[in-house]
Formats: sequence, structure tokens, C-alpha cells
Amino acid sequence: MSSDLRELYQSVILDHNKHPRNFCKPKCSNRTAEGVNPLCGDQLTVYLDVEDGVVKDVGFSGTGCAISTASASLMTQTIKGMKIEEAERLFKGFREMVTADPQSDPGGKDLGKLTVFSGVREFPMRVKCATLAWHAMSEALHDTGETATTE
Amino acid sequence: MSTAERLAPRDEAFDPARAKQDFPILQNTGLIFLDSAASAQKPQCVIDAIANCYSRDYANIHRGVYELSARATANFEAVRETTQLFIGAAEAREIVFVRNTTEAINLVAATYGRQNVGPGDEVLVTEMEHHSNIVPWQMLCEEKGAVLRVAPMDDRGALILDEFEKLLCPRTKIVAVAHISNALGTVNPVEEITRLAHAQGAVVVIDGAQAIPHHRVDVASLDCDFYALSSHKVFGPTGVGVLYGKAALLESMPPYQGGGSMIETVRFEKSTYAEIPQRFEAGTPDIGGVAGFGAALDYVTGLGLDAIERHERELLAYATDVLAKVPGLRLIGTAPQKAAVISFSLEGVHPHDVGSILDHEGIAVRTGHHCAQPVMEHFGVPATVRASLALYNTREDIDALVRALQTVRELFK
Repeated sequence: MSSDLRELYQSVILDHNKHPRNFCKPKCSNRTAEGVNPLCGDQLTVYLDVEDGVVKDVGFSGTGCAISTASASLMTQTIKGMKIEEAERLFKGFREMVTADPQSDPGGKDLGKLTVFSGVREFPMRVKCATLAWHAMSEALHDTGETATTE
Repeated sequence: MSTAERLAPRDEAFDPARAKQDFPILQNTGLIFLDSAASAQKPQCVIDAIANCYSRDYANIHRGVYELSARATANFEAVRETTQLFIGAAEAREIVFVRNTTEAINLVAATYGRQNVGPGDEVLVTEMEHHSNIVPWQMLCEEKGAVLRVAPMDDRGALILDEFEKLLCPRTKIVAVAHISNALGTVNPVEEITRLAHAQGAVVVIDGAQAIPHHRVDVASLDCDFYALSSHKVFGPTGVGVLYGKAALLESMPPYQGGGSMIETVRFEKSTYAEIPQRFEAGTPDIGGVAGFGAALDYVTGLGLDAIERHERELLAYATDVLAKVPGLRLIGTAPQKAAVISFSLEGVHPHDVGSILDHEGIAVRTGHHCAQPVMEHFGVPATVRASLALYNTREDIDALVRALQTVRELFK
């Protein structure tokens, strides 16, 4: 098996796909948004409990591929306890990493364990999968009541 | 050689490996293409026909008095005749050139449909339709206060004909069904469907997009009223499709789009419309595309549709057999009458992940809902992996698919 395929499907990603964390609606949530990828039928809902500008709790439900499921799972772990602005900044950094030119330095040094997704930049068709939950999260932060799509 | 001679069936041994050599994109690239149901690859003769049209025979058609325009017109109209013979239509004027199958279906909905469907009337489709054979009818029904009925399929993906028959009634004005399901490969009994629909006075529209590259189609013996198809599914270029309609019906229908070519006379007070098929062909058509489409039909005819169908049937049986042995693989669509489409899911792996890994192994398959979300709902899956076969696929392609699926299983174990 080729190395970039192993790079895409790292064991952390496979683990989070099999056992997604925060894969439920939190007890309290005051903002939600749905993320839909019309191309492959992936559908995720992200629930946030935001108080005083801080993400107190976060969870998600739905179905998706390994990349979108693991990305949602790791996202929920990472943004819990963050200020809204920090979560937004992290999304920006994450998006830059997965869309970076494969020849360049992927960056993402301050993304912690989210760097397991750096292999996505070799697979442009999968960027939408990796960012689906993030788009929904961002939508939920602004809770506009609209469905986030990757289109 | 006359068109009729060119289209005469041949009885030579068909060799898929040799046919594969006719397709430049399949040469020396290592590409294993299993997505022909989405769009088929193009043989060199089609590519050449388009280039020759533009480099030797190009001018606008039905217009100029000069020799080049007359030649371009004759070439264009010759393809109409080729198409007529290819699908067994009684007359060339029953062949309307459009952009694709979707436009052909929309044309019927917007003209015949608007004219003949009223409040309380019904349009009957099946559960396995492509979105393009659902949404135009839905839009028509919404506009007219009519009702869209859906004939169910069983858990093999076969139409339940008894249920279909029960849904037919004198209010049914249009029956629209796929000849072959794009998501499942099911071959529908369109002849029987047509007979039943006609008995209730409904007209029958057949979505033939998937049938035309695999199956000898004879609209006269089917007795269907409309038959829609796309050039790009039968190895021709994109941008060209065909609506076949019985001449009497086409003649009774109002125009689809207004513009040049579709008129007889234009006055500001009132315009009159051209005879069929020009009435439905407003504006300059895809002249180069039609030249390529004609070459594609000649190509398929030259190989022999019966031979192609035999090859694909054998390959489908082989593929079904070896894929069923892959642990965790669930075939979706196991109707007794099937064409060369194999939809499946792999336990514990999302189709999108399967698709990415197969792509990495040089195998192109489609993953997703295949523009047939109701089918996905029926089988309780968000998406499937679909391997669809064409005349250029071989047993080696299937073996490579099975090997790559082992890689998927290894990665996700």
C-alpha cells in the first residue's frame, strides 16, 4: 500500500472513525447546524452549548465517511472549552492545512493532534469531507438556522 | 455504403481487449475505468469525426445556400437517419436532437405534459428512477395540481409489476420509467409496462440513458411513445441527446423553446412553427457533437450490439460471482434481469473511502447516491460504490477491483 494512502488514513483517523468521540447531542445545547455534502450524501449535525462566548459543550450526530467522521470527532475534542474566536481561528488554520499545496510545508504546527489530517492535501477530492463538520460548527456559532454545505 | 448497410448486424467474434485499444484514454495509462454508467469513454473514431467535422465540413446547418452549408446539413441529417435505424424508429422526423436525456425528458414534461396533464391527473414513475426522471414530473405536477405516483420495487431492486398495475388508472396521463436503472442495473420490463399503460390510455416515456450502450433497443416493438437517450453514454460526445417521439404525438405538441430554426414565419402579431422535428430544435444545435454521435453509433453497430451484450452479460456474471466472495461485501441490486451495473457496500467502510482507495489503485468507480436518493433510502444506505461495465472492460479489470477491495479491507480492519 502506498505511503500517501497510509498518510491519509492514519491510525488516529481510523480509530476516531470506528469510535467517534462526543457522538451524541449534549445535555444542554443552544446552537446547532447541519452540514451536508451533496456529492456523497454525508450529513452531520453539530450541537454547541455556548455560554459567555465559550464553547462549554459540543457533540455531533449523523453519517459520513471515515475522514468526515474522524474530523468531526477530533474537532469536538479540540474546541471544547475554547472561546468562539479561538474556535474560528482554529477552523481557519485547519482549512489552510488541508488545502495547502502538497509540495509546500503543510504548516499547522499549532493545530496539535489535528495535524493527522495533513495528508488530506494530497487528496483534493476529500477536502470537503475533512471540513464538513467545521463548516457546520462555524455555522452553529453564528446559528443562522441554515444548512451548511460544502458546495 | 448506405446507412442501412452500415447498420446491418455483423456476426464476428467480439474481443474486448481489442476494443479497448480503440480508446486512447485507456492506453498506457493503467486506468481501469469502471464508471461508464456515469459517462462512457470515447473511441478514436468519435474523436476523429468531431475533428473532421470542424476541419472539413463545418458550417451552420439549414441556412446557407453555399455548398459547404449544404454538406454540413446533409451530414447532420444523416445522423438523424442513423439514429432512426439504430433505435428502430419508423421515420427520421421522429428523432429530435436535444442536449441530453435530461433535456429530452424535460421537453416532454414541458410540452406534452403541460398540454395534457391537469388538476387531479396522475403521473406514474418507479422507485428506482434517476432524479432526472423524477424532478421534471414533480415540477409538472406541482404546476398543474396533478399527483406523482411511485411504483415500488422489491428488495432485489426489481419493479413489483402487480403494484405498478394497481397504480394505473384512467387518471394516469403519463408513465415515466427507466429502461435500465443507473443505480441498480435492473432491466425493467418496458414492453409489458407500455402495454399496461396504454390499456389505461397513458403515454409512456422511457429513460433509455443506461440501456442504449448495452442493449438493442427497438422503439417500434416496445411501442413506447417517447424514448430519451444521451450520446455520451454510448461513447459519443457530451452535449447531444435524443428524444424519440411517435410522429403523431410530436405533431400534436406545442414548441419547447422559441427561436431560430423552429419557425415557419415570424410576424410581430403571430409566428407559425416549423414541422417536426425542427419545431423542437430552436437555435443552432451541437453540429460537431452530432457528427461525433453518428460515429459512435456506427462504432457500436460495427462491433455488434448483440456481441457487446453477450460480453457484458458474461462479465457481469463473473464480477457478481467474484465480488460476492469478498468478505463483508453486500450487493445492492440483485434483480433477475440486470445489466452491467454493480452497486455494493463494504461492511464498516463508507463508500467514499472505498472510492478514494480504489482511485489510488488506478480504478475509477462512482461513489455516492448516483442521483437516485430514493433508491438509497429503500436500501437504507447513504451511498453505494458502483462499478459499471462497458464493452471495453475485461475480467482483468474485475480481478484488479477485487484485489483493491482487499487493500481497503486491510486498511480498515
